[in-house]
Amino acid sequence: MASDDTSGKDLTAAGSASVEHGSAAAGTAVVARDAVANPGFPPHRPRVTDLDPKADKRAERTVYTLFYLSIVGSIFAIAAYMIFPIVPEDPGSVRLNNLFIGMGLALALLALGIGAVHWGKALMHDVEGIDERHPVRGSDETRARAVEIFQEANTESGFGRRTLIRNSLIGALVVFPLPAVVLFRGLAPQDQDPVALLKQTLWEKGTRLTLDPTGTPIKASDVTLGSSFAVIPEGLTDLEHGKLEEKAKSAVILVRMKPQDLNELPERADWSYDGIVAYSKICTHVGCPVGLYEQQTHHLLCPCHQSQFDVAEHAKVIFGPAKRALPQLPIAVDAEGYLIAQSDFLEPVGPSFWERQ
Amino acid sequence: MSTTTNMTPAETKKSGGFTSAAANYLDERTSISTAVKELGRKIFPDHWSFLLGEVALYSFVIILISGSFLTFFFQASMAEVHYDGSYVPLKGVEMSVAMASSLDISFDVRGGLLMRQVHHWAALLFVASIGLHMLRIYFTGAFRKPRELNWVIGFVLFILAMAEGFTGYSLPDDLLSGNGLRIIDGMVKGIPVVGTWISFLLFGGEFPGTDIVGRLYSLHILLLPAIIVALIALHLLFVVVHKHTQYPGAGRTNNNVVGYPILPVYAAKAGGFFFIVFGVVMLLASFFTINPIWNYGPYDPSPVSAGTQPDWYIGFADGALRLIPPGLEWVWFGHTWSFNILIPLVGLGLFIGVVLSYPFLEAWVTGDKREHHVLDRPRNAPTRTAIGAAGVTFYAGLWAAASSDIIATHFKLTMEGVIHTLQAVVILGPFIAYFITKRVCLALMKKDREIVLHGYETGRIVRLPGGEYIEVHQPVDEYERWKLVSYSDYKPLALTPNAKGKISPVQRVRAGLSRWFFEDRIAPVGSKELEESHGDHH
Repeated sequence: MASDDTSGKDLTAAGSASVEHGSAAAGTAVVARDAVANPGFPPHRPRVTDLDPKADKRAERTVYTLFYLSIVGSIFAIAAYMIFPIVPEDPGSVRLNNLFIGMGLALALLALGIGAVHWGKALMHDVEGIDERHPVRGSDETRARAVEIFQEANTESGFGRRTLIRNSLIGALVVFPLPAVVLFRGLAPQDQDPVALLKQTLWEKGTRLTLDPTGTPIKASDVTLGSSFAVIPEGLTDLEHGKLEEKAKSAVILVRMKPQDLNELPERADWSYDGIVAYSKICTHVGCPVGLYEQQTHHLLCPCHQSQFDVAEHAKVIFGPAKRALPQLPIAVDAEGYLIAQSDFLEPVGPSFWERQ
Repeated sequence: MSTTTNMTPAETKKSGGFTSAAANYLDERTSISTAVKELGRKIFPDHWSFLLGEVALYSFVIILISGSFLTFFFQASMAEVHYDGSYVPLKGVEMSVAMASSLDISFDVRGGLLMRQVHHWAALLFVASIGLHMLRIYFTGAFRKPRELNWVIGFVLFILAMAEGFTGYSLPDDLLSGNGLRIIDGMVKGIPVVGTWISFLLFGGEFPGTDIVGRLYSLHILLLPAIIVALIALHLLFVVVHKHTQYPGAGRTNNNVVGYPILPVYAAKAGGFFFIVFGVVMLLASFFTINPIWNYGPYDPSPVSAGTQPDWYIGFADGALRLIPPGLEWVWFGHTWSFNILIPLVGLGLFIGVVLSYPFLEAWVTGDKREHHVLDRPRNAPTRTAIGAAGVTFYAGLWAAASSDIIATHFKLTMEGVIHTLQAVVILGPFIAYFITKRVCLALMKKDREIVLHGYETGRIVRLPGGEYIEVHQPVDEYERWKLVSYSDYKPLALTPNAKGKISPVQRVRAGLSRWFFEDRIAPVGSKELEESHGDHH
């Protein structure tokens, strides 16, 4: 395959720059007639270690010292494993365990690596070698033989001639993966419709607003002016299954403002209670929790993509990639003074989806 | 291959004792001597930029090693448990088994945290080194014939590496990873027609469901690694078939490859380099915490922390979501069209499509069907380099946008100001970068010409007998000069009618692109020109 002669200086025949493989078209390349000639390889420059036996000796010492150091590092890592055990409930012990095992291993690896590279660079034979390149394409004979083989196979099998067999084979090969596609329908429950699920949450008429995560009901009188609460529907914490799925739709943020500061839509005039409003906490962009409430500006900020919603202006979008306002949960107060939902959300919460309308 | 039969007499000599007996045993069963003969002295050229691909390969090996360790402890289940491990602040907190086992790896397995951090750091390094490796390939024109297909393979590996990263990021089921999945869910739902159902199938029901971690785990440790290993093998096979490219240099031609042999020099240097990369990752893992899931807590759809960010390589996609102008969502024909999601998705798709197909585009424009084994210095392909700089700027703008909130809070700027600035960077930045880069490249080429023709300025001023002052120029030696003159040069395609006397629209496009690429060209210095200039070295 290659001439692996390492005597670099001999092979300076590689003269002119315009030597090309075969007769491939050069396209719009300019093939200069008076191109400067390749001067051939520059004279070899010996290294310090080639000239000075002391330097050679020193490099040798460095290399084996590094290898021994690597052994020390490995042993240190093993020792550290025992000397620095993890003491339950003591995070400091984890840190020491991590640090010292890691340092031992790092020493072992780095010393080994640096030693080997130094050996290669400073001590091993330093004269560059040359391989010749050959065109990647097979030789004309090889290619002709390859074509011939396909022709022979075609004749012997009748693949091109027996078109009925060929076409039915292609058909069978196309159809046979289809059952696999159908099988993947089983990835999600067969008896559920995602669209219907996305359009309902745990909220319904009379559901109490409770604190996240304790589930304590909230009295309207406990919501001080300017405060905001993360809220979940009553009963969420008691769910056996689907707690996170329900929470991912039902999470609500509760804010109290001065009633005169609230600019409510006329049709939603009775959705709030004494300046207390409840909005879905799930961003209408891609569904992150809109958790950052700025009391002074009454803006809600989504930490994921910085959509901002103005609570005073029925949570409409004032900045960022989201388009729709946060859905509002109509609330009221029950006989005991606890905040309750008047109904479920009147529109799907969270990110947009195709069948949303 | 008569080698094997020729080897048999050697066996009778019994010169080398055990080693030779073992080698003979092996060769008689594997013909391994053929491989050693073919590969053992194979030449690899030397350059620091060739190490970037090696870093990628080695970090993948580190990921495999550390990842295998982690699989022995990690449990990919979303069943709810009350945490009962060593980390006190989370004791009794309800979380998934995946999260609990990740915490156990961190706090109850000796060296477990170290391996987790090695795995994560190596993963970051893996994607980063692939990215830099691709930039090296691009800016030196190493993707040209015969390596276009290897560019495609490498590109697919880059995508797969990001997929591996994202699936891995999602496994511990902590607050950040859950939020990442939430964003994926929201993006998928924004796809017209099929989005809702894809999300439903992906999560096995409603988000987040109890299936996703297990499913991502299968992808993360089985399917994706298997494809990656296969593609890496193919990628390296092509490197062997093509032989490595080399930078221009005296004595180097398109028909040779100059460097050091695998045995022994490359075995020592590349093998040693593996341990250096591993050692650096180990140092990072020992000293720097990464992904402290215990601070984030288990996934819960309601709480969130400010400054949430994906791992760096997903940043460009997250940034694209952030930079989209407001209000791009409409209801048409009774369906919701989320252009605030579709535009980033399609835009990024187009971007990576252009990256993927660039080698074929350039090959079509130049019409050059020759093999290219000597690399271009970036300056010698000004338009390509400028396009690359534009692409890098576009990517960097999107990437920076993933930290828009952190930039705003850190530098005390307004969120709106940062977003609007980055929107401008993403749209205008590429044009500015293109223009500047191209001019810089052309200027550098002019400088090279100047050096070839008139040598270096020495700063030594001499007064001639006639009273004239001149600066003495030092001529460049012929080896150094070769690097400056030996580049491939193209001229714009002249539009000529075909046999029927017509100019096809395709040709017109090609000529237009060719003009764009090569209109501003600086030809390499020729020998005649060089000859004529010799009197000028004053």
